[in-house]
Amino acid sequence: MAIPFAYNVRNVMQRPVATLTTAIGVALTIAVLLAAFALAEGFRSTLSSTGSDANVLILRDGADSEVTSGLSLEMASILSAHPNVALAASGRPLASFEMVTTINLPRVGQKGASNIKVRGLSMDDIGMRITPKIVEGRTFTPGTDEIIVGDRIAPRFAHCRVGDEIKLQKRPFKVVGRFTTEGSSFESEIWGDARALAPVFHREGGYQIGVLRMKDPSAFEAMKKEWEADPRLGIHAERERVFYESQSAGTTGLIRGLGIFITAIMAIGALFGAANTMFAAVANRGREIATLLVLGFSPIAVMTSFVVESTIVALIGGVFGCLIALPINGITTSTTNFQSFSEVAFQFRVTPQLLVTALVFSAVLGALGGLFPAVRAANQPLARGLRGG
Amino acid sequence: MAWVEVREVHKQYQREKQAITVLDGLSLQIEEGEFVALMGPSGSGKTTLLNLIGGIDSPTSGDISVAGTNIARLSGAELARWRSNTIGYIFQLYNLMPVLTALQNVELPLLLHKMNGAERRKRATFALELVGLGDRLGHYPRQLSGGQEQRVAIARALVSDPKVLLADEPTGDLDRKSGEEVLQLLERLNTEFKKTIVMVTHDPHAAERAHRLVHLDKGVLSA
Repeated sequence: MAIPFAYNVRNVMQRPVATLTTAIGVALTIAVLLAAFALAEGFRSTLSSTGSDANVLILRDGADSEVTSGLSLEMASILSAHPNVALAASGRPLASFEMVTTINLPRVGQKGASNIKVRGLSMDDIGMRITPKIVEGRTFTPGTDEIIVGDRIAPRFAHCRVGDEIKLQKRPFKVVGRFTTEGSSFESEIWGDARALAPVFHREGGYQIGVLRMKDPSAFEAMKKEWEADPRLGIHAERERVFYESQSAGTTGLIRGLGIFITAIMAIGALFGAANTMFAAVANRGREIATLLVLGFSPIAVMTSFVVESTIVALIGGVFGCLIALPINGITTSTTNFQSFSEVAFQFRVTPQLLVTALVFSAVLGALGGLFPAVRAANQPLARGLRGG
Repeated sequence: MAWVEVREVHKQYQREKQAITVLDGLSLQIEEGEFVALMGPSGSGKTTLLNLIGGIDSPTSGDISVAGTNIARLSGAELARWRSNTIGYIFQLYNLMPVLTALQNVELPLLLHKMNGAERRKRATFALELVGLGDRLGHYPRQLSGGQEQRVAIARALVSDPKVLLADEPTGDLDRKSGEEVLQLLERLNTEFKKTIVMVTHDPHAAERAHRLVHLDKGVLSA
């Protein structure tokens, strides 16, 4: 039979200073862990929410990002003519062939500049992928030197406010609107009419990427195989959502890796903190522990009791850590996506799953920290323990 | 066979490289229902003998049987189980859990027996009433006097109806009046409830309450 839980809870409450000191160590560790993972999760979620499983995205074979890809007009025609490409009511294939490049813009409020993706497209065609919502101004007029700017970069980069002018290859383009796309990475881009943008960037002879709606999304593998084997094409096909998610892998991995590294160092400190607190508790309660053993509680029960006590302290720290980290949820930040070398703005996402992970991690920290003191408690010589030695 | 039988028990401790003999071939028999006082100077081995009878320590050689069980042959886990069924231990410094109430302290040994919460509370309450603390169930040890704490400890020792009560200087930390109350209680447990009691004491006044006095000196029984 286990030693009552109340015994541990009240012992924890009996020594508030030691409990708080240990809990703060764990709390800071958990807060750092959560911040790093919320950053990675926000980045991953932003990119994975870009794209649909019903669309297929085409890149030139060997290209690993939109910017480095290239498709000819002929390739676009062959791809659009595939029988599994869905058609609009007008009979036109549901396909969007887009010009994608990057420009360098200075940041607002801080030093330095960063690459921003510029997408040349047709608003009619992009509609099959996503319908942007204009939150300020209006959309660009086709065929003109007008552009619209994604909501997440508009306040963060120079010349991106509605009414401003951005020089693209020395040619001024007017910002006429600001748009959102339900949190996807498109909100970190500048959009304009492909016919106006392509000549500016000397891309008249083709596109960077193509996105096509499938009639039957389950036939994707067969379609991909057919296209990739076609010697006229030399392309690589991927489900749109899978492509954008894979674009997040490098940066997400880097953020997570860094987070784990920093957390691991802090966790070692927190672990020693928990162990120290519990060693002190064991030393102070030698007679109590011996009494429990004399009463007939097994060494395993005593050990479990001390591990539970250490876990309670660490869980208190874990809850504090979650409370410290929660306010960062929703804060917008940005980083360079190392896959496309362009800026992606995104929000920290502290998800319920992350919170549960953090609490489990804090419990594990507590249990590990309490283990050695617990073993010492359970194995102390009874006669000496009763004398308080 | 006697209720408690100690046969040719040796107990040695190793201090640095020197072996210290605490009990030197001691034999002792205690009958069921007896109230025995162990007396002797400091270092004579009284508490060691009590700990050996209670299965808290193990002899270097020799046999100890209590209520028909040779405890020298039990493993650690078997000893723990045996203690919870057989022994009630009363300590000089009470050894109550400071974070638990009187009732919860007395309930502790019952957690080791198959019993539901209501039954546990009923028996612990009865034990506390028996020692005259029926109105102190929710009090924490710090809210009780020394005498009351020792009475809670006695209630804890007898709540699981042990076969032997072992008391190590039960009045050693109490004033005369509280000590007297505790001794009266032990006497009552012996006469009324037929409990076998082995008590270590320095106090001749306390020892007078026992049926038999056993003197130890340098690890052997003395006249």
